[in-house]
Amino acid sequence: MSDSTHHRLSLLLFAVTAALLLTAWYQVFLVVPTERTMGVIQRIFYIHMPSAIVAFHSFFVVFVASIGYLITRRAVWDRVAVSAAEVGTVFCAAVLISGPLWAKPVWGIWWTWDARLTTTLVLFLMFVGYLMVRRYVENADRRAVLSAVVGILGFVDVPLVYMANRWFRTQHPQPVIGGGEGSGLDAQMWVGVLWALAALHALAVFLFLQRYRLETLRTELVRLHREARV
Amino acid sequence: MATWRVATALFRKDLVAERRTKEVFTVILLFGLTVAVAFTFAYDPTREEARRIAGGLLWLAFLFSSVLGLNRAFARETANRCLEGLRLAPADPGAIYLGKLASNLLFLVLAELALLPVFGIFFDLTLWERPGWLLLILVLGTWGLVSLGTLFSAVSANTRMQELMLPLLLLPLTVPVLIAAIELTNVLLSGRPMAEASLWFKMLAGFDTIFTVLCWLLFGYVIEE
Repeated sequence: MSDSTHHRLSLLLFAVTAALLLTAWYQVFLVVPTERTMGVIQRIFYIHMPSAIVAFHSFFVVFVASIGYLITRRAVWDRVAVSAAEVGTVFCAAVLISGPLWAKPVWGIWWTWDARLTTTLVLFLMFVGYLMVRRYVENADRRAVLSAVVGILGFVDVPLVYMANRWFRTQHPQPVIGGGEGSGLDAQMWVGVLWALAALHALAVFLFLQRYRLETLRTELVRLHREARV
Repeated sequence: MATWRVATALFRKDLVAERRTKEVFTVILLFGLTVAVAFTFAYDPTREEARRIAGGLLWLAFLFSSVLGLNRAFARETANRCLEGLRLAPADPGAIYLGKLASNLLFLVLAELALLPVFGIFFDLTLWERPGWLLLILVLGTWGLVSLGTLFSAVSANTRMQELMLPLLLLPLTVPVLIAAIELTNVLLSGRPMAEASLWFKMLAGFDTIFTVLCWLLFGYVIEE
């Protein structure tokens, strides 16, 4: 991608993302009905749940790109993987921060070791580990291979972590923690959710492309450095 | 067949090295012992409490000491560029993984068996009532830890952080192993029928199978140059 195409595409995406975010926030703060028992605080849901979905999608991209790299050995897959991993980690952090803010007034506690909460936290720790591996391997090819291996193993582990926690918790009764969010959502609330989902996905794609571009430039810089030295 | 021969040869090599140096076994045993002592300060449990938390105490001690043991075991391959020699051998890298996995599993289970009486004495636990089940839980749980641990010790040796990287990678991923092994140990120690915990046996067996196969496939990438 040339500089000018990248620049124009970025601007376009930025405009789309901004428009979507504004629409979503307008929906969330002014249009959707206030939830009956939880009140205004429930509006955090419109950031919380879509962020979680964006994070899971990002980690899925890391998984696919890691396999792609190990098979083809093309650096483009590695750049996709690292960009998606960083975006995913940021959104995962957003989930872990917005969650307790919502839980404290509603459940009366900041945190509970429920299956979904635990899995999200473990997922976050895994991908922080992934990014640490990347940071501490000098050689670019080795870095790509090792992080691809970690990315694949981490993603495969997620369903097992979830199942283990689910079985573990169902054997020990827990304080009431609302049913599935999807169960009985008002039609107007759905509109808000969908706008928020679209907006946060657009934001993720925007951030991803910027990060991808940065990685390309970094690789280029390393190459030029090496040439200059020779 | 070649895979099998290479794996057993490597396993025997590790046995000989360990019989002469006794490094890995000693490290695991002594570290497990200090953890057991530290736990008594942290909880000072009565007999009833000890019985309730014993599964957690045991497996945390095993987890921490296995991290040390796995690092030590892989350091043996990097010293004197032993790994390079292995890589040059006309053998499937997966076989190297299987050999290391087997020796790590054996050393850890032996060290755990040596640690059990210590925990039994310190916390007044009766561990030997159902020895068959106990051994099965130890092997399946430890297998889960070393399946990923053997591969991750190779990954972390490749980073500038060296052995510090292993626990950061291993601990989050082995959460299902820890939960299952702790639950099984608790059922065993409380004297309840093991049929109650069949779900956890399935979890452990599933985890061990999935990650042994995956790591066996991926190990070649980790040790390539």
